[in-house]
This record gives sequence, structure tokens and C-alpha cells, in this order.
Amino acid sequence: MAAAQRSPVLRSFAKHCLKPLSLIALLVPGLWLIWLWVQVFTFNPTALGFDPVARTHHFLGDTALRVLIVSLMVTPFRDLTKWAPIIQIRRRIGLAAFFYALLHVTAYLAFDLRGSLPGLWEDVVERIYITLGMAAFVLLIPLAITSNNAMIKRMGALAWRRLHTLVYPIAVLAVFHYGFMVKGVQMGPWIHGAVIALLLGYRAWRGVSNPGSSFRTRLRQVRGA
Amino acid sequence: MLIKSRKSWHLTENDVTPEHLYLNRRAIMAAGGAAAVSLTAGACSAEEAQTGAARSGMPADGNLTARETGYLPPDGDLTALDAVTGYNNFYEFGTSKTDPARYADRMTTDPWSIEVTGHAERTGRFGIEDLIDFNALEARIYRLRCVEAWSMVIPWIGVPLGPILESFRPTSDARYVAFETYFDREEMRIGPFPVLDWPYVEGLRMDEAMNPLTLLAVGLYDRVLPNQNGAPIRLVVPWKYGFKSIKSIVRISFVSEQPPTSWNRSAPNEYGFYSNVNPNVDHPRWSQASERVIGAGPFARRDTDMFNGYADEVASMYAGMDLAENY
Repeated sequence: MAAAQRSPVLRSFAKHCLKPLSLIALLVPGLWLIWLWVQVFTFNPTALGFDPVARTHHFLGDTALRVLIVSLMVTPFRDLTKWAPIIQIRRRIGLAAFFYALLHVTAYLAFDLRGSLPGLWEDVVERIYITLGMAAFVLLIPLAITSNNAMIKRMGALAWRRLHTLVYPIAVLAVFHYGFMVKGVQMGPWIHGAVIALLLGYRAWRGVSNPGSSFRTRLRQVRGA
Repeated sequence: MLIKSRKSWHLTENDVTPEHLYLNRRAIMAAGGAAAVSLTAGACSAEEAQTGAARSGMPADGNLTARETGYLPPDGDLTALDAVTGYNNFYEFGTSKTDPARYADRMTTDPWSIEVTGHAERTGRFGIEDLIDFNALEARIYRLRCVEAWSMVIPWIGVPLGPILESFRPTSDARYVAFETYFDREEMRIGPFPVLDWPYVEGLRMDEAMNPLTLLAVGLYDRVLPNQNGAPIRLVVPWKYGFKSIKSIVRISFVSEQPPTSWNRSAPNEYGFYSNVNPNVDHPRWSQASERVIGAGPFARRDTDMFNGYADEVASMYAGMDLAENY
């Protein structure tokens, strides 16, 4: 076992600080956006620039994608550092990504479509980046609904785990949604795409190079199968 | 006695200028003074960045006097100066809307010359003072409709492009006019992802270029153009999406074939050569039926007008054309 495991400070941090600190960190972007909107309606009308709605869409979309990427970093981080307690915040990071995506979709529905569901359908059918983004969001819903202890128990760990591999295609859909949204060839989507490719590539590499490390194999060992 | 016939869009500036513009002007005058001071010190102040620096061949104090021939926008207040100069697309300086205001002051706009080439009798290199009579400037208030579905109302100062083009005596082979933007890799911010093939190029059909609405602008809000708005000289084609109104022009070419245009080259299915504002023809990725009104409150929207409200002046140029096909 790694040295990290033996450090009492780290163990105490994992036990008492990791969850509250991660919760605060995940709330910060949302609170920051709320603060900017409060400014827009009080003393600083340009707190969100001259096109606050577009800024809001981009801010929420960026945050959802980046938080999703962070959730994909947890497992590699654990593997590299052997610091197992990090896993206990993985689920909440994924949930936060879902909530930012939900806000992103809600803002788009409210500001751009004025709540028009026919308008939403038209966009989903006609505009490829909306199609991709909406697919990513819809696929996130079952993951969010099952991200609690009761559902894990009900589904069984293997089925739960299998369902949650959906996060990989979701990340790919989300970054293509971003890439098809921007004008011309821009850096943002490529950088996010490269990070996602690295994180998914890591999982592929781990599966191929060390089949025994897969969740299914370990589960079988635990069950004595 | 000179009797001038006035079109619907002909209104004197006094008729349309809201009070906040006059108040704004006083602030600009004050800023102009500050800019003059900072120029002598060789510095570039924030005021100067917003209101444009004086350049050779232009009035030394950077203030422009224009004839009051405002072209009335269909409706809506003028967009405030800080929005006009702080929310820009000028991708050579970065893709964020605030990048141009932050970085465009690196662009050398003095000295400046425009190379005129192609099918014309008078070609060569011209200074701005050779092209623009600064005693004959016109004030034109136009709505600028960006292809990204937002709009502003901007008080430009400039001269109609048509007479200037005529002064080059284009030949009968000149069926289109091509324009090119200044490009300097050192001064601009072209990263590993260039977004477009630079330099930026645009073009108009000859009749579009000669239309009285087409303006060669050198200023806005009574001052010379700030760099981020396309200093020192740019096109304003109000019935087309904003990217047709090419900035910081260094080359004008009279050509016989439809010239390549930057956004069309980058994504031909999304940006056509004509790119006339048309609420009935959507961009493949978003609707063009309505637009966000910049600087008019966070949720301000308006329905987009055919030809951006200039149908009376320009629709005849496209008679018989399928505008969905020729987007």
C-alpha cells in the first residue's frame, strides 16, 4: 500500500473534509453565476457582458462539460495515487455535472425558446449540435436518477456499473455538441476533446493491458465465482 | 435653391438622436481631450482605446464632423458606445467578444494605405486622405445584424462607397468588388487554431457595392473608428449579416468572377456569398427569425426584418433570385 494510505493527516482529511470541501467546490460556479445575475439586476448591468444570455449559456455549458471531465478523472487519479478515498466524491461530481447540464438546458428552453416545446423539437431535429447536446443530456438523466445508495442496492453493483459506463458516450456527445456549436475551427472543443480522449483512452488501455483489474473480474473474485 | 428629395430613411440627426447620445457626446469630447494628451505622451489610455486614436490624414483631434443625413433605423435606441466598442467580432484578435477591445490596439493603423487593383483605369496605392473627403462625411444610423442573431444600432460616420469606386473608373469587366483586411501575425493573435484562412476577405456584387446604402465608414459616435471596430476604414453593408461589413480594409480589387469570401470558404453550407439578412432562411445551426438586442436589457429581443429593414432600398437587386438558394 502507498504511503498516502498511512498518513493520519490524509486519512483524517478524507474522513472529515473531502465531502464538504468537494460540495463547496462544485457549488462555486453556480453561486458565481447567481452573483453575476444579481449584479446585472442591481448595480452592474454589464456584469455578464453585453449579451448576458449568451454568456449564461456558455458558462453553464462549459461548467457542465468540465465537471463531467473532472468526474472522469477520479478513477485515473485513484489508480495513479492509490488514494482510494477520492472515490467517495465521484458520484457527487457526476451529479453536479448533471445539475449544470439541467440548468444549461433550462436556460436554453427559457431564454431562447421561450418555453416552446415545438421549437425544442424543431431544434433537436434540425440542428445537429442541439441533437447531440440533447442526446447527452437525456442519457445523463438515468445516471442522475440512479446516483444514490438505494438505487445501487436495488440494481446491484454490476448492473449499476454497466449503466454508468454511459458516461463515456455522454462525454463524447457533449464535446461534439460544443465543437459543432462554435464558428470555424476553434481551440476550445479540441482541448476538451483531447482531455476526454485521454481519459477514455486510459480506460481502454487499462482494460487491454490488465484485464484482471476490471471491475467485473474483481467482482467475480469477491463473489468467489 | 437646392431641393433635395428625401427618402423614408432620410431624417435629420436631430430628429432621432435621443438625449443620452448627446450626453454621451459630451463624454466623448472629454475623452477626446484625454486621448490628445495621452498621444503626446505616447501612451494609449483606456479612453483612447474606446474612442479611437487620431491618425494621419484624419482630423488631428480624432473628432469627425458629419453632415446630418441620418438614415433612420426601423426602430430602437442607439446602442451605447461602451457596447459598440466592447462587444466585437474581430477574430484576428481572439474569438471572445471582449478580445478585440483588449488587443486590437496593437494593430498599426497609421500609416495606412489601400491598394486598388483589377479591372479599373485608376489603380495603385492610396492613402485614406486620397479616398475620403473629410469635409463631406455623412452620419448614418444603421442597424448591424450579426449572423449570430444579435443586433446593435450604430451611428456611423463615413461616405457612400459608390462614388469612391466610380472614381477608380472600373471597366466593364468589373462585375464584383473584392475586399481584404489588414493582416499581421505579429500584431494579431493567431493561435495554433487559426479559425479562418487569413487574411480575411469579403466581396460584393457591383450593384451591391454601388447601392447608396453601402457605406465606407471611418468613424462612429462622432469619433474616428476604434481599432476593434475596424479602424481606420471599413465597410458597412446594413442589409447583410455583419461579417460582410469587412474591417480595416487594405485592398480593393475589381474582379470579373465572384470572389472568395472568408466565412463562405470556411463553411459554405452555413455562410453564403450574399448573406442578406433574412428571417425566413435559418442558419443551419440556429434560427434567424429573431435577434437579441445588445445593450437593451438582458432579455431584449426583436423580430428580425427582411433585409434588416432595408427591403425598400435593396430588394429589387435580388428580384427573381431564390433567396433560400442564394443565402
